[in-house]
Amino acid sequence: MLLPRPLSLTIDKLPVALVQRVVNQAFHRALQQHPDLFDRLGNEANKRFCFAPTDLDFVFLVHPESKFIHTFRKAAQPRADASIAGPMLTLLALLEGRIDGDAVFFSRSLSVTGDMEAMLALRNALDDCSFDLPRDLAAMAGPLALPFRRIAEVIRHRALKGMA
Amino acid sequence: MELICPAGTPAAFREAVEAGADAVYCGFRDETNARNFPGLNFTREELRQAVAHGHAQGVHTYVALNTFMRAGHEDLWYRAADDAVAAGADAVILADMALMDYVSSTYPDQRLHVSVQASASNVDAIALLVESFGAKRLVLPRVLTVPEIANLARNVDCELEVFAFGGLCVMAEGRCSLSSYVTGQSPNMQGVCSPASHVRYREDGPDMVSELAGFTINRFGKDEPAGYPTLCKGRFHIADDDGYAFEDPVSLDVMEHLDALRSAGVTALKIEGRQRGKAYVAQVVSSLRAALEAPKEARAQKLTQLHRLSEGQRTTAGAYEKKWR
Ligand code: SF4
Repeated sequence: MLLPRPLSLTIDKLPVALVQRVVNQAFHRALQQHPDLFDRLGNEANKRFCFAPTDLDFVFLVHPESKFIHTFRKAAQPRADASIAGPMLTLLALLEGRIDGDAVFFSRSLSVTGDMEAMLALRNALDDCSFDLPRDLAAMAGPLALPFRRIAEVIRHRALKGMA
Repeated sequence: MELICPAGTPAAFREAVEAGADAVYCGFRDETNARNFPGLNFTREELRQAVAHGHAQGVHTYVALNTFMRAGHEDLWYRAADDAVAAGADAVILADMALMDYVSSTYPDQRLHVSVQASASNVDAIALLVESFGAKRLVLPRVLTVPEIANLARNVDCELEVFAFGGLCVMAEGRCSLSSYVTGQSPNMQGVCSPASHVRYREDGPDMVSELAGFTINRFGKDEPAGYPTLCKGRFHIADDDGYAFEDPVSLDVMEHLDALRSAGVTALKIEGRQRGKAYVAQVVSSLRAALEAPKEARAQKLTQLHRLSEGQRTTAGAYEKKWR
């Protein structure tokens, strides 16, 4: 399921620095709440992972060991050890372990390139982590935490139904 | 029949329990089991917690120690067996006869299951394992027809477990050397077939090409469902033909034969997929549980979604129906 076109166009117009600020905050919050992620990653935490949503003009480079995430425009093509590309909502569902990565790969809605050992370790680590993005990130919305969480849960529910 | 479900992580274990497993099988984070994948499997502490969680819900835990011991390093397997027993495993699943000997003589009360990796598929082989090591259950290789399974069940003195759904290993299991021929690693010794460290995918125009250790294993056209780059499911150029020499990218599904397996005397149905995510475990276990409890005519409807989770998005009854080329 792709992001609605008007939404992806709006996100694409945002300055990279702003997207980076939001993504960075979300990333660190999620890491704080799931420190066990690193345990399963082992030595693969030292690899650079690229997440490329096919329906946005941004890509995200993550280096787990240094707890670093960096946002780029797609054209910048940052160097990564392993990359995964697919619709944004599919990538988020995978992050939460709500859909099976292999099944999405078999269906060709997802492409993976580079170091597959690293990618597999990351997939397994995420799968065991029980991320719940609406819950984990709600506090970032300050006084709007509760409505943020409810709206995010509705969006997730609809997106997962669209993928079923 | 019991439903035996896979778990590669504690999260998948909890999903399996919740979705209706009778028993969950899992392994340690090392080469002592045949799913030794990066980021997968259980620490000793995670296993202890999983066993306790399972017992609280009335679900058994089976620990797979189903690779063959490396000469000079047997201790790794012996310690794994000690720790599985200490964690309260309801059964250990073993392939190596020397490890069976160690477990049956050190822990005579420990329930011992014979792994599919032992490749025991005839009455004499099974009788030997039952008599020598007190094996209580045998997991059959996926190379037998339903009548052959029924014949075995009548003539052996232990329970039989068969694969019902999931990845399909088409060779005599525990004996296949295709992966080690190309990568130096096999499920039998290192616990991994076609290891991720040797796998690469690349886009070539609209096609996706899968490679194993530098060899092209398959090329999938635009939107063609994909599979893993395992050699047995590769596309080969043979004489004037391009095609699948052994098997297509496909998963096993024998739920159509449920009644036949039940009357054949099969005790347990096994779901393959410790390497799959918890979403796969939740969906497959709950669908198979619903199908097991549904009347025959309602069964197919409970399983409609499962082909989408399968390799190549297709399923086969494999040797159970004996329609292989
Ligand atoms: S190559 Fe195929 S048959 Fe051989 S071990 Fe791997 S999955 Fe099984």
